[in-house]
Amino acid sequence: MNAASVTRTDIEDFLFEEAALLDEWRLDEWLDLLTEDAGYFVPSNDAPDSDHRNALFTIADDIHRIRARVKRLKDTEAHAEFPHSRTRRMIANVRILERDADEISVSANFTVYRYKRGAPLRMYVGRYRYRLKATSDGLRIAERRAILDPTELGPLGAVSFIL
Amino acid sequence: MPDTVTQTPYIVDDPENMTFRLNRRTLADPDVFEREREAVFEQSWIYCGHESEIREPGDFATRNVCGRPVIFCRDSKGDIRVFLNACQHRAAQVCREPCGNTRRYNCFYHGWSYDRDGKLVGVPGEDSYPPGFDKNEFALAEPPQVDSYAGFWFVSFNPAAAPLEDYLAGAKEYIDLIVDQSPTRSMEVVQGTQEYDIRANWKLLVENSFDDYHLLTTHKTWLDYMKDSGVTVEPPAGQGLLLPSKGIGKGLGNGHAVIDNINFRGRPVARWISIYGEEAKPEIETIRKELIGRLGEERAARVADTNRNLVIFPNLVINDGSSVTIRAFWPVAVDQMRVTAWALGPVEESASARARRLDSFLTFYGPGGFATPDDVEALESVQAGLATWKEAQWSVMSRGMNKEGEQLNTDEEHLRAFWREWNRLMMAAL
Repeated sequence: MNAASVTRTDIEDFLFEEAALLDEWRLDEWLDLLTEDAGYFVPSNDAPDSDHRNALFTIADDIHRIRARVKRLKDTEAHAEFPHSRTRRMIANVRILERDADEISVSANFTVYRYKRGAPLRMYVGRYRYRLKATSDGLRIAERRAILDPTELGPLGAVSFIL
Repeated sequence: MPDTVTQTPYIVDDPENMTFRLNRRTLADPDVFEREREAVFEQSWIYCGHESEIREPGDFATRNVCGRPVIFCRDSKGDIRVFLNACQHRAAQVCREPCGNTRRYNCFYHGWSYDRDGKLVGVPGEDSYPPGFDKNEFALAEPPQVDSYAGFWFVSFNPAAAPLEDYLAGAKEYIDLIVDQSPTRSMEVVQGTQEYDIRANWKLLVENSFDDYHLLTTHKTWLDYMKDSGVTVEPPAGQGLLLPSKGIGKGLGNGHAVIDNINFRGRPVARWISIYGEEAKPEIETIRKELIGRLGEERAARVADTNRNLVIFPNLVINDGSSVTIRAFWPVAVDQMRVTAWALGPVEESASARARRLDSFLTFYGPGGFATPDDVEALESVQAGLATWKEAQWSVMSRGMNKEGEQLNTDEEHLRAFWREWNRLMMAAL
């Protein structure tokens, strides 16, 4: 696969597939979409454009911690997510921002609805920034950044699932 | 107003019979919640901010403290001040940004403006006020008491509150252990704030913040992560399966309390664990050498080899462990709180050490960490269960009461210390 030939539709298909895997809690299959050095970031709400090396984030995982996060989330003793939240992701306004030989920078808007028995509906709204690699196996995620719009998490509480 | 507390006390504290019980209405009854605003929060010293958040004249950060919007700021001389964020004309807020630097605090409603010292300097159409109108009488109001210890700034809305240093009592020793991590005793709040709600009574987070009894059951997945990462997590001999070993819990006076543990989970200053990576070893060794050179072997070990979870009564927690986190939390309703958490580090810290500190913070703490979300879940589960408070009235809190002397981190003496002071204030206000 060549980054130069990737279309916005290809990227939308990929992001929709990823969203389905996460909503269905098929987390091992989701891990297969990541590169061996992937990162997953959720910046603090009051520092959305900062760097995790000098600012406190909500989540700043390298690939090891992403895998550890998945392992944890599959454990019934990850109490915050057992039983699992039900989530539904809406991905929209997908844009290709930049591309070079093998990498594509993508922006997309998201709304993630999260439901738990006995808890109020929580609606996570923001934008994704992806760095996608074009590989022989298709697109792969090198970096995934979920930047929330709310000025504080407030009633959203914890980000205990994969946003 | 009739009060039934004399019939059903908030706590039953009976050391002779080794009994301590907590009346669950203290966590679930809206009447108690209303009363504690006055009896506890209005009487105490309440955390407002850290000196590093505002550095230059005109720097400000807006906060809500005890239900009041305040401006935590530096005046024209660079001194730290706290102004009540309400125009003297009609009470509109004169600063509506989270933080920044300003020459003037401007009320957009009718255009009154105040300088960095809180002095009223601009009144549009001033000549329509009757003779005798004097701008000097309309400076921004300030809380009755504002004071600091080691860079941590507090306010009290009680003009008669004891001086801050007396109030902090034994907690000062533990704040000193934090600031000693900096070669110049200068710590700074790192950019990025975690602000999240928990649908539970605020006092449950006091308990949770230094309750080591829950570690093995609530945080099994975090302990698994530590083990998977090559960190040695050993059950202590002779203490059953509770971790960590030989930690102690104790009251520090005035409701403040601490758990003080042997470190097993690494410290940016300065104890290496495998999660940091081999490449971090030399830098942590250098940090440790600086500590020893400055503080001596014994004090350096005290700083670098123990973890301290400190509760400063009533609503401030400083957890000094795998990272340093300041956590203040505010009652919103009897069953809801707003938590604000910051990361704190030495100002001298290198870029790599700072990155390590922040990474280390996130493995356990915060709304996306491997542990805090499960704490949140636990507290919300407690609050749901507390709806039974009229039938199932008491929580038992007597761990360790059969022991003379030192109490373990997994005992509950430090929890009792908090509750005794809370109860004293509530009873004093009857």
